[in-house]
Amino acid sequence: MTGEALHRALGLTDDEYALVEGVLEREPNHLELAMFAVMWSEHCSYKSSRLHLRRLPTSAPQVLVGPGENAGVIDAGDGVAIALRIESHNHPSAIEPYQGAATGVGGILRDVFTMGARPLAVMDPLFFGPPDDARARWLVEGVVAGISGYGNSVGVPTIGGELTFDEGYAQNPLVNVLCVGALPRERLVLGRASGVGNLAVLLGSRTGRDGIGGVSVLASAGFAGADGATSLDEEKRPSVQVGDPYEEKRLIEACLALLDEGLVVGIQDLGGAGLTCAASETAARGGVGMDVDVTAVPLREPGMAPWEVMTSESQERMLAIVRPEDLAAVEALCARWEVRSAVVGRVTAPVPDVAGRPVGMLRVRQGFDGPVLAEAPAAALADEAPLYDRPRARPGDLDARLSDDPADEPAGDVAAEVLAALVDPAWAYRQYDSQLFLNTVVGPGRDAALLRLAGPGLPSSERGFALTTDSNPRWCAIDPRAGTALTLVEGIANLACVGATPSAVVNCLNFGNPEHPEVMWQLSEAVDGLAEACRATGLPVIGGNVSLYNESGGRDIDPTPVLGVLGLVERLVAPPPGWTWREGDTVVLVGPREARPDPFPLAGSLFARRRGRRGGRLPAFDDRALATCRFVAGEVARVCAGGASPVAAVHDVSAGGLAAALAEMAAASGVGLAWASPRGHAELFTEAPGRFVVATRDPAGLTGAAEAAGVEASVLGVAGGGRLTLGELCDLAVGGLAERRASALPAALGL
Amino acid sequence: MSRVGVVVFPGSNCEHDVVSALTALGGRAELVWHAETDLSAYDAVVLPGGFAHGDYLRPGALARFSPVMGAVAALAEAGRPVLGICNGFQVLTEAGLLPGALQKNRGLTFLCQPTTLVVASTRSVLTRGAAVGQELVVPINHFAGSYVCDDATYRALVERDQVVLRYKDNPNGSRGDIAGIANEAGNVVGLMPHPERALTALLGSADGRVLLEGFLAAADDAAAARPLVTAP
Repeated sequence: MTGEALHRALGLTDDEYALVEGVLEREPNHLELAMFAVMWSEHCSYKSSRLHLRRLPTSAPQVLVGPGENAGVIDAGDGVAIALRIESHNHPSAIEPYQGAATGVGGILRDVFTMGARPLAVMDPLFFGPPDDARARWLVEGVVAGISGYGNSVGVPTIGGELTFDEGYAQNPLVNVLCVGALPRERLVLGRASGVGNLAVLLGSRTGRDGIGGVSVLASAGFAGADGATSLDEEKRPSVQVGDPYEEKRLIEACLALLDEGLVVGIQDLGGAGLTCAASETAARGGVGMDVDVTAVPLREPGMAPWEVMTSESQERMLAIVRPEDLAAVEALCARWEVRSAVVGRVTAPVPDVAGRPVGMLRVRQGFDGPVLAEAPAAALADEAPLYDRPRARPGDLDARLSDDPADEPAGDVAAEVLAALVDPAWAYRQYDSQLFLNTVVGPGRDAALLRLAGPGLPSSERGFALTTDSNPRWCAIDPRAGTALTLVEGIANLACVGATPSAVVNCLNFGNPEHPEVMWQLSEAVDGLAEACRATGLPVIGGNVSLYNESGGRDIDPTPVLGVLGLVERLVAPPPGWTWREGDTVVLVGPREARPDPFPLAGSLFARRRGRRGGRLPAFDDRALATCRFVAGEVARVCAGGASPVAAVHDVSAGGLAAALAEMAAASGVGLAWASPRGHAELFTEAPGRFVVATRDPAGLTGAAEAAGVEASVLGVAGGGRLTLGELCDLAVGGLAERRASALPAALGL
Repeated sequence: MSRVGVVVFPGSNCEHDVVSALTALGGRAELVWHAETDLSAYDAVVLPGGFAHGDYLRPGALARFSPVMGAVAALAEAGRPVLGICNGFQVLTEAGLLPGALQKNRGLTFLCQPTTLVVASTRSVLTRGAAVGQELVVPINHFAGSYVCDDATYRALVERDQVVLRYKDNPNGSRGDIAGIANEAGNVVGLMPHPERALTALLGSADGRVLLEGFLAAADDAAAARPLVTAP
């Protein structure tokens, strides 16, 4: 194979190859080329998205670490900091669902404990094709089993996520994973090398041939066949890594103990692009160089070439920067946890370049004093991938789509529509340990998860935190800018249901092929929508991930920005109200009864999608909705603090609209409701966010408090009886609704 | 006050939860690494939940060979309270300190959910403070929690009042709805549900208190029964 053909096989373009030659001022050898190929891959370098991501607001007083490190970190008060990170593991999961999902969990945990934080919880937003197909079922069962198998065993609770089924994901499922951790503020560490002469110690698993080219060959290209990852892409299976949660569990405990005892000066996980990434990123961040002895890396099998060792994505490995005098203590602590440790590198002084500027060089050597096999500036690998301002084009059919509003759709069978929206994801989340660490006050299946802010090694506190992940590809397919902004409102509304005030946002931008100008337009619009919504709410984006090339057979997925929103609760000593209302409770819609500009927009709703309608005008981003969220969060927070509030039950209006929210609450309560006068089916099914169904035993108190806060409150009716009656449109027996909701998912999966 | 040792195997993950629960109930609990071979300083011991040694081979199959297990057996033999929760129960059966075995759940999926337990016997260090027939809401969290044993063992368990907790609605296919059993003396108990997760209404249930309070009281009794040792 000629050098030119080789760079293409590794995923570098001809122009990128020329750039590498420019950086090195010579032709790269095979090893150097392999290292540049993984570091300059879309997955590692964000070369197509970075220009756009810069437009996101990232600062706020609570932010301790913003984007660019392994995880974002905020100050949660009482000396506790919270680390947050979201990632995608879409392509590996499409090829090998169990291991793809499992290693997604493993990877994100390492990102979080790298910061010195103990991982406290994981959430998994999942997107699949319709579950009536054998392949989709194999993917769903494999992914859920992989999250369960790895997450439970590694000892981090999985507290929620999302489960979305839509045609658009049939060949390209999305498996995102979010992790939150907490740490005493003063233990915060950054992934950087410092101190010339310090040692780079590789901790954890031996290095094998698994996952080679994962970031470049697998994550940064679409699936070729129209049937997705079924036939043509079988050969990519060796690019999927295999996880070992038991190794990871010991690695977590060992690393946190090393940090507790101050035995490491910097630490970095080995994820995408393996040792090349960890060595070049730590060196580049620290402004130093590093020599790596490729023969010192413990190997899983003999005969591995240096390029394989340097780019392997074998799981459960960390690179720690250690002072030579601490090495013996580090080795002893690792031995206690049965964690392998090996000195594989040394921090070196930067060398002046031709202009006299100091440059940290990453050198791969055969033996510490042996021949240099590869040499490149660490920063060139880590930070200097070319940035692409790829062509963007507004889709040609956009105007036609925006004007194709589903307002003209007849109501049809409203009761059937309500029943179709009732799907309890419990089949999935029951497989996850959601309670470890005794923090989970509200677990999976509700609007947002709510946890005590506590854990081994943390200062005691009465504080709580809440998490939600939200996405709405139906909105974003119509208008990615407005859709992404509304998704943030939906996240804030979910947090409000458990009394939490939003504090920070992370995002996982799942899009199609960035070489398609429409996809780049979607990405750019979504970033602008998120930026606008963050500015309007004062929220910082503290981290994110971009997953591109989610396409198969030339068909891109609908734009799917997933937002993780972290909220804080000042005092958490009592559980927040749930979905359960009681006989005699007054049921109130809190929030704008009519959206703007259209009162009851159906664009982007489940109702419209089930009728094949993919256009129309979305509700506007609405300050009234945000004021409503603040009001509800404040009332619920009072309950969490052990005080009194007129709010006895609360649920936000989202997928399936007001009708679905009422049916879910009726199902949970076993008590009906008669709402005499909905203004037509559009009011039942519109999904404008920032509205809440609240049940109260003190309607005057609730409406009075709402009025004082400038928030609308409309009484719908009084809970009671055994039927859910929505005007003339719908009349359902409540008995059996809960069972029906519980069995819907297993039935859809044919279980 | 008694001292309770909470054994940490590599791969255990509920050890901090057990310590914090026992501490919240006024007990004195400490982590003990699995390489320890002497537990004589402890009045009682807990094998917590998790995945000892990764649950490789099968749950508990490797942990029974951990150095600490000889000392756990000695403590059990001496009549002091020994409690295995979830993975700890699996380890106790593999070690032969309790009869029977735990196999994969009916349905072949992991299950994390609240269950209602019915107290079947109070003749154990765990259930001594409860009442027969009392219902307790305590969550389960396991893949291999379906209790199995042969007919003779089952008859013996029932006849000798060794079944201490049964599920009201059997979630995993356990023989006789068994959620927890004791040895004949009642000082060694294993159960699949997690009483330490049911300590406060804030987390969904406080019904686990009566169980762990009973266990701490048994540990105190064991401490009181010790010969007095004068400090040198």
